[in-house]
Amino acid sequence: MNKKKIGKQKGRLVDSEALLEVQKLMSDMPLRKDMLIEALHLIQDEFHYLSAKHLVALAHEMKLSHAEVYEVATFYHHFDVIKENDVPPPPLTVRICDSLTCEMYGAKDLTESLKHVLGEGVRIQPVPCVGRCQNAPVAVVGKNPLDLATIESVQNAVNKKEVCPDIPEYVGFSQYRGTGGYNLFQECNSGKRTAESVIDELKKSGLRGLGGAGFPAGSKWEIVKKFPGPRLMAVNIDEGEPGTFKDRFYLETDPHRFLEGSLIAAWAVGIDEIYIYLRDEYAAAYEILLREIKELQSAFQDILPQIYLRRGAGAYICGEESAMIESIEGKRGIPRLRPPYVAEVGLFERPTLEHNMETLHWIRDIVEKGAKSFSSHGRRGRKGLRAFSVSGRVQKPGVHLAPAGISMLELIDEYCGGMLNGHSFYGYFPGGASGGMLPASLGDLPLDFDTLQEHGTFIGSAAVIVFSDQDSARKLALNAMRFFEHESCGQCTPCRVGTAKAIPLMEQKTWNKSLLEELSQTMEDASICGLGQAAPNPLRCVMKYFPQEV
Amino acid sequence: METILFELNGQNLEALVGESILQAADRAGVADIPRLCYKEGYRTDGNCRSCVVEIEGERVLAPSCCRYPQQGMKVNSISERAVHSQKMVLELLLADMPESGKSPYTPNSELDEWVEKLGISKPRFSRRVQPAFDNSHPAMSVNLDTCIQCTRCVRACREVQVNDVIGMAFRGSHAEIVFDFGDPMGDSTCVGCGECVQACPTGALMPANDVGLAVPDKKVESVCPYCGVGCLLTYHVKEGKLLRVDGREGPANHERLCVKGRYGFDYVHHPDRLTKPLIRRKDAPKTIELLQPKDWQKVFREATWEEALDFAADGFSKIRDENGPDALAAFGCAKGSNEEAYLLQKLVRTGFGTNNIDHCTRLCHASSVNALLEGIGSGAVSNPFTDVTEAEVIFVIGANPIGNHPVAATFMKNAVKAGKKLILVDPRRTALSRHATYNLQFRPDTDVALLNSLMHVIIEENLCDEKYITEHTTDFEKLKSNVADYSPEKVAPICGIPEETLREVARTFATAESAIILWGMGISQHIHGTDNSRCLIALSLMTGQIGRPGTGLHPLRGQNNVQGTSDMGLIPMFFPDYKSVTDPENKKWFEDFWKTPLNPKTGLTVVEIVDAVHSGDVRGMYVEGENPAMSDPNLNHARGALSMLDHLVVQDIFLTETAGFADVIFPASAFPEKSGTFTNSNRQVQLGRQAINPPGDARQDWWIIQEVARRLGLDWSYDGPEQIFTEIRKATPSMAGITWERLQKEHSVTYPCSKEGDPGEAIVFRKGFPTVNKKARFVPAKYTHADEMPDEEFPFVFITSRQLEHWHTGSMTRRATVLNAIEPYPVIHVNPDDLQKLGVEPGEAVTIESRRGKISTFARQDQGVQRGNLFMSFGYNEAAANLITSSVLDPFGKIPEVKFCAVRISAGGNPEMRIG
Repeated sequence: MNKKKIGKQKGRLVDSEALLEVQKLMSDMPLRKDMLIEALHLIQDEFHYLSAKHLVALAHEMKLSHAEVYEVATFYHHFDVIKENDVPPPPLTVRICDSLTCEMYGAKDLTESLKHVLGEGVRIQPVPCVGRCQNAPVAVVGKNPLDLATIESVQNAVNKKEVCPDIPEYVGFSQYRGTGGYNLFQECNSGKRTAESVIDELKKSGLRGLGGAGFPAGSKWEIVKKFPGPRLMAVNIDEGEPGTFKDRFYLETDPHRFLEGSLIAAWAVGIDEIYIYLRDEYAAAYEILLREIKELQSAFQDILPQIYLRRGAGAYICGEESAMIESIEGKRGIPRLRPPYVAEVGLFERPTLEHNMETLHWIRDIVEKGAKSFSSHGRRGRKGLRAFSVSGRVQKPGVHLAPAGISMLELIDEYCGGMLNGHSFYGYFPGGASGGMLPASLGDLPLDFDTLQEHGTFIGSAAVIVFSDQDSARKLALNAMRFFEHESCGQCTPCRVGTAKAIPLMEQKTWNKSLLEELSQTMEDASICGLGQAAPNPLRCVMKYFPQEV
Repeated sequence: METILFELNGQNLEALVGESILQAADRAGVADIPRLCYKEGYRTDGNCRSCVVEIEGERVLAPSCCRYPQQGMKVNSISERAVHSQKMVLELLLADMPESGKSPYTPNSELDEWVEKLGISKPRFSRRVQPAFDNSHPAMSVNLDTCIQCTRCVRACREVQVNDVIGMAFRGSHAEIVFDFGDPMGDSTCVGCGECVQACPTGALMPANDVGLAVPDKKVESVCPYCGVGCLLTYHVKEGKLLRVDGREGPANHERLCVKGRYGFDYVHHPDRLTKPLIRRKDAPKTIELLQPKDWQKVFREATWEEALDFAADGFSKIRDENGPDALAAFGCAKGSNEEAYLLQKLVRTGFGTNNIDHCTRLCHASSVNALLEGIGSGAVSNPFTDVTEAEVIFVIGANPIGNHPVAATFMKNAVKAGKKLILVDPRRTALSRHATYNLQFRPDTDVALLNSLMHVIIEENLCDEKYITEHTTDFEKLKSNVADYSPEKVAPICGIPEETLREVARTFATAESAIILWGMGISQHIHGTDNSRCLIALSLMTGQIGRPGTGLHPLRGQNNVQGTSDMGLIPMFFPDYKSVTDPENKKWFEDFWKTPLNPKTGLTVVEIVDAVHSGDVRGMYVEGENPAMSDPNLNHARGALSMLDHLVVQDIFLTETAGFADVIFPASAFPEKSGTFTNSNRQVQLGRQAINPPGDARQDWWIIQEVARRLGLDWSYDGPEQIFTEIRKATPSMAGITWERLQKEHSVTYPCSKEGDPGEAIVFRKGFPTVNKKARFVPAKYTHADEMPDEEFPFVFITSRQLEHWHTGSMTRRATVLNAIEPYPVIHVNPDDLQKLGVEPGEAVTIESRRGKISTFARQDQGVQRGNLFMSFGYNEAAANLITSSVLDPFGKIPEVKFCAVRISAGGNPEMRIG
């Protein structure tokens, strides 16, 4: 006879102390289901982990079942769910990026060394790309990112408890307004411009989605506008593609530009609410946006749509537009099946305009200065500009705004100051981990939408990683596959199982090329979303362009 | 009918609107496309990708289960590209299955089926690290080494049954099925409905003890014996015994079951089953004490059927002849079939010569039915409970459907998930409360005040349906002037619900496009139960929320056939089909029909019969499938009556607490051992089919009743249920149109169905009411309180309730292995602060005492129970809750107030060992 079992209903009871603590934390937050991830952040930030009793209290407050809360909390890697018999993590975590460029720059050794040096009181976690590849390797102490991290710099930050990010200098609200910012928005709002004319200008410019999908922006506005209201907008700043850091760059230098772009889009399309989804790794950008949105809202109180800022929680897949929407709705970041497309049924089932942040960043310039100011750039017959995030074995990694259609060789030469000393150009990733790899012999291809597909690659977010004869293509491909396996949402068989099965095959000295190709074909053909569809790209490129390694 | 013309594998096909490519292909028999995460009736999820096809013009392959044909679309399911991925998907999934290659847990793995069909050989990929087994639940085993993450179980738990226990936690290749916070299934909030087991395609979730590996000899389609939902099910039989139960498509359940129906069937094979007639030994006097079944030989001896039947009938004849027909009475069985009920009331009326026949409806919805007959001329529901999915607003009061009508509750939860509003009025917070839009945790006993205040608001704010009131009702002015006195301001402190909430709820109900009211014992089991129901009827009438889909009045009928048993006239005031026994026209009709003179007086009801035994007016009783020694209120009084009878004949499947008082015991047939018709809460007459034989010398109930009848001088010669049903059709006009053939074919037919060929009316009162003037009548009710209010001596309120795992008096479920394993001990639900004040730890013993009796049981802390309230179910004979309850009756419905009496509770006590 188990007294404990007899004495209560099945399942966990609400602990009254934990309930009070959760109620206090949530006092300013609406108890809607879609606020779940924001609520989990509050608890994780306060207590450094999510205890079972707090999750039970939260479920009680939000009228959710325990499984509903648990499955969301465990999906996102920034949440630590600690059950009754688990040991909570130490209050400080040092996250060391282990993606492509950081691995090239010694992330593994750094991690091993730090494990010895920092001891038990600090948790060390390898994490995927944190968007600072131009200064690899990167370690994040608490929320404080350390570029060009060394054992010393990390130890120093840990000892001094420097866990908050430095906020870089950026163009704030007053400065932005002072230099003509929001004039265009006010013109639109007051009727001096028509939505049709603005959309027209956008179409003429050829601006395409700069997150990687490349959908023509002007057409997208037209499509969403045709669906009945209320319509919503979702701004994607979940910049997670390894090698990409352009969004962070613009956020930390000139954040109001994309905000104005969002407002103009909202005005032109007829949008009631804007949801901005920011990856949680960008802690400095979060502070910036909180501040700047507040100032924006006080300045333009009555004429703004509602603006909501939502935090990601460590899931690359939430950069996929429909997975991001699921995440904003407080759920696991699982991509949706299309059709219907998000333009028709998106956030909260409403027609939704979804844009990568950078796409919105260019709206003001294009409309103010005219389409040609953008489209007149370009090489080899391509149109427009691209903000290339360049990292790897070059002298000057960083964000380089260059004409679309530029070649890798030109980019290295004209913008990046050439290869590092002692490194000769061997190959490159034209579009992050998912864009595949090309050999140096194809260093003259135009880098743009549509130009690289025939070579089995794509430009994606224009995250360019340059590697040299000191690097191994197969090692980089394996790093990429491990990344995809780690980030797969798990929904569909080809990706969930395919990425996991590919890894041991890619670890073999000699690759079983025919089996890998069979697997790759199914991943490309039958995965639900771009992650699974693109995951085989690096491995296929190795087999095609670096066959001597496998 | 509109169809869409498209091309599949080069062939022209017509798809119906709303049909997926997969469904169109299946229907046309053109292509056998693999599928795993697809389950008919469930939302499609499109995650396994085994059903992928090529659609011309699309860059990637498409999942045919969630894509819909468009005009002119060209689809190819057998192209090299499509087949390559279909096969690769299967190979990838197979790679992670146990080494045996085929599922070790079920011979019917859908993955194995497709692997074989597509000719997948040994996978060329490495196997994952397998998750551990989980055998913590008594009914189900969790074998995640065969899980393919198809999420059918997640949809089963979260979208179909909405118990919300199963989640898909973590992500990527670490994604796994979890219960609550990744807990063992047996420790989680899992309610054991088994929907996930039914949904799982690979054997990852199976019935426990490898039951799924046994191959049945036959499958028999039948109905569930437990509650008034009336789920259709399939018995799997092996070597004459029940092996397992699966859900079957029925209008009331749509393949769903609950833990009782699915896993609570093995009581039928319990060694306690009566197998031989028993006669009381001459040296065994009757006392009020309960008999331990293992001591039966001290009190009873085996007898032949001849001897037992003769003895039983002789005893009845003697009393009838010496003391008059009204000195006899009978309790019939609301779990038995319509045929059995019909025969028993016929025996009592034509054999005994009295109308003293009643059954447990008296303890259940008697007051509701009374109010309904009074107000709208018909005691049955107006709309099926499945209409909650048609309603905009669902009003549930005094009921915990999650506990007692679990499958009906799933439809309510489905409706809420689809955006409908649930108004829940219950002093206790239950698992349904989380889903409620308005959760009115009001003070017990204050229903009339609360409901009158809602009506007050509706009238005050001009939200009545004036047209409906004028065209279809009378006496509205009486009601209006009555509720004028019940403003929300006045009522709020009485019922404990804020004024503004009362107003909002009233508005929400009145302004809804369609609103349906469902209720249970919280309304009916009071001395003002009839008044409570009168208020619900008035609320519905004044807002015109009746007579249309998604509206109406639905008292949730408890027993699986209480509706049918009442329809058959197993009640003292009505012949079959609710024809009053005191009406001379009805009497004449039945006298002609049955060729016997009949008693013109209304008979006594259940509690009145007990009182009549005490007063010596009733001396002999025939109790068939009832257990008043547990279900009657004030058990000391009721058991006292049972022990006083000169002659008690009990017919049952177990030596129940009641049977211990008998002079003769007949071993009867359990539900799976008989064929017959059973009518659920929705007025659906459903066919139960015999799956196994009764054990030993136990016999069919209809046969036993006939044998007794013959010995009382009635020349009956029924040859089985079908013949009895034919007679029933003649006696009950509302079922006259239902034929046995139609039941065999369709399994379920709704009444009213007055002519053969009528489809059967699911929704009634569309054009008026079956009253003399075709109108409904408002009957106002004044707020009164319960009979025995708490005071200093007895400060707590004792409220009887039900629980998911056990059914009523426990005679079946305490002998069902799984159910009794989940809840083996009696508990009383107490507010945690009250427990603390008493100095009692949860799980420790407490003693509850009323003016009538005393029990000890175990305390269970329940955060949903208000301070000062106690909830307890009544099926544990070691702590029989009805020893505490009061037998004071509602004057109209004659139902006892088992939902409210005054008790004191103290720490300590010695919960007795179970009897049996």
